[in-house]
Amino acid sequence: MDWIQILSNTAESILSPVTFAFVLASLGLALHFGFAGLLNFGIAGFMAIGAYGYALSILRFGFPWWAGILVSIAAAIVFAILLGAPTLRLRGDYLAIVTIAAAEIARLLFLTNTFDDFTGSASGLFGYHNSFREANPLPDGFYGLGPFSYSSTDWWVRIVGLSLLIVVIWLLWALTRSPWGRVLKGIREDEDAVKALGKNVYAYKMQALIIGGVFGALGGVVYALPSAINPTVYVTSLTFFIWTALLLGGAATVFGPVLGSIIFWVLQAFLTNVLPALTQDGAILEGLTSQQGSTLRFILVGIGLMLIVIYRPQGIRGDKRELTFVK
Amino acid sequence: MQLSKTGKRTISAIAAVFAAMMLLLALPVSATADEVGAEFENQIIGNVRVAGEPVEGAKVSVTGNGYSVSTVSDEEGKWSVGVPVVGVYEVAIDRTTIPEEAPIEEFGPLTRQVEFDLTSTVIANYYFGEAEREEVGILAQFLTRLVYGINFGLMLALASVGLSLVFGTTKLSNFAHAEMVTFGAVIALFLSSLNINPFLAILLAVLASGAGGLAQDVVIWRPLRRKGLGIVQLMIVSIGLALTLRYIFQFFIGGSTSQLPSLGGETFNFFGTLTLSTTDIASMAISIAVLISFALWLTMTKTGKATRAISDNVDLAAASGIDVDRVVRYVWVAASALAGLGGILWAYFRPGIKWDMGEKILLLIFAAVVLGGLGTAFGALIGALIVGIMVETSTLILAPDIKYVGALIVLIGVLLVKPTGLLGSKERIG
Repeated sequence: MDWIQILSNTAESILSPVTFAFVLASLGLALHFGFAGLLNFGIAGFMAIGAYGYALSILRFGFPWWAGILVSIAAAIVFAILLGAPTLRLRGDYLAIVTIAAAEIARLLFLTNTFDDFTGSASGLFGYHNSFREANPLPDGFYGLGPFSYSSTDWWVRIVGLSLLIVVIWLLWALTRSPWGRVLKGIREDEDAVKALGKNVYAYKMQALIIGGVFGALGGVVYALPSAINPTVYVTSLTFFIWTALLLGGAATVFGPVLGSIIFWVLQAFLTNVLPALTQDGAILEGLTSQQGSTLRFILVGIGLMLIVIYRPQGIRGDKRELTFVK
Repeated sequence: MQLSKTGKRTISAIAAVFAAMMLLLALPVSATADEVGAEFENQIIGNVRVAGEPVEGAKVSVTGNGYSVSTVSDEEGKWSVGVPVVGVYEVAIDRTTIPEEAPIEEFGPLTRQVEFDLTSTVIANYYFGEAEREEVGILAQFLTRLVYGINFGLMLALASVGLSLVFGTTKLSNFAHAEMVTFGAVIALFLSSLNINPFLAILLAVLASGAGGLAQDVVIWRPLRRKGLGIVQLMIVSIGLALTLRYIFQFFIGGSTSQLPSLGGETFNFFGTLTLSTTDIASMAISIAVLISFALWLTMTKTGKATRAISDNVDLAAASGIDVDRVVRYVWVAASALAGLGGILWAYFRPGIKWDMGEKILLLIFAAVVLGGLGTAFGALIGALIVGIMVETSTLILAPDIKYVGALIVLIGVLLVKPTGLLGSKERIG
């Protein structure tokens, strides 16, 4: 086994756009679930809206790339209002079912042949990169050190992704320390008590849903930046993986989701490289196909999710006194 | 996707059994026109008409999933093509084989995509000119969809009543319930690859599903209830379990679609568009019989009554001497066995077994349960029938690939307007 190659591939995942997308989406989910106590199981829907909003406004309406990002943000706000207006009064697990269904509706509408001319249906969207790549200030070439060597286009994707990430982390950090954030945590702990203080609980929840949804949509944009949009990505499993990353790091924290997403993808990259290698002759998993070897990592994700929720529901960085899971 | 070694062996074994049975089966079935791929259970059928008149000899070709065939329509304008696997196919009609004076370009594309989803037959009709649909009739189409819908709804009901009872007795929204649907089908697939009688294999698979439910309760759910986990925590544990089980299925059967051995029997055709095999009819009969016996169990037996009592008020039930843990264990066994049976029947209906087949209907099961009223078994039954019929009949208006959208909108709508569902009691809104 080529350990140098495996470790290099693993390290590379730290700076991969997919990891950035996961961090952004799990930060949105942290605001929803960790701070406001909203059980949003439709984060994949927000990501799909972000990705499609970005690509469609460039491809179909000829917008520049930065306007595409603004369209994604606007689309996420509209989706959050549509989703939240009627549902935020529902009990927690009902909200979970409604959001997961809404995300599926969004995905099926992007996937259907009926709107093939507009959405590209099952083949997805591609070829929306011109405006984004023209804005690249880096001269052509290949830069970097060791595993982190990329072309100037790839660096540009990472720079934009990382910049969005830093803005969002700062925003979440500032929001959760503001009076607004304290009210939100109050709603999570005891909604009735906050109501009794005269706060409009519904408005606070709606604001949290919108802001977190925009974070999720930005995650979708970063996911779409490097190559193409594939509708099979935005399935409910994506939502569950982001939940896993969030709960791993700590739902009611700002840096927990960042840490959780990075650990999630570093582990995924490591296992993707190691497991198929272990199925070769003479290795521990000899006798399995390499396909079976790589399926093992998703089985481990599922088991990991169960163990986290049972034994460390506050996550790596969380504080057990913050009651994220309402009884 | 690449097949696993064992998966390949299993599939080829099944394919051999399947082919042998179909060979026996194919003899008595009367052939229409030019039958292509009649040995396959999955059929793409259609009609070619210009201004209401059938077109004979129109050449139709079907391509997709590495398979390509063509056929010609018979004197009634009908054609049918069998295909080896379900999936998306492209159907194209040859312009040169249709009378030239017919202005057919005005009436939609000559090439279109069709997709197998829940049924073994898909329809690709070419009606050019006036008199569209008059011959097949909207009523016949509706009745066809209605029958398929009832059949699908009954399978959905088998899966839904269990989810609803588990929710009623333990307050768990069990996202792993759909994996028990897959479990039943996968075990049936495994057992039939051992060359045992297919009926015995189905029976054993249902029993194994029940045992799977028992194991879940003993190993996971009962200890967690003891530990005092909240409902949200339990729900996320069930998501983790769903992911684990789903990928374990993929580990064993790979990413492709496998078929259960055919049970034999004949295929009947009603008013042109509705084809029902003996398996379909038997499947409906089994669903109805099982659901009725389950209803009798719930209403007549002591354990059944205790189950409903716990669903109503767990503290009151415990105070009146009901052993809640014991009843919950029965509920897990029954719920999983019913889901497993639903999965096996659905594997014949779709047709085919895939590692993520359960996930595909998870939200439909939730829709059925919510529509009927969370925690009520009879509500889930009614909800499942409504959802099944709605999904199938909506294809008369909607494209087949968005037929679930209607059901999901109803799911959201019911939760907004009447969160108690059709038969739920008020106190469960929360």
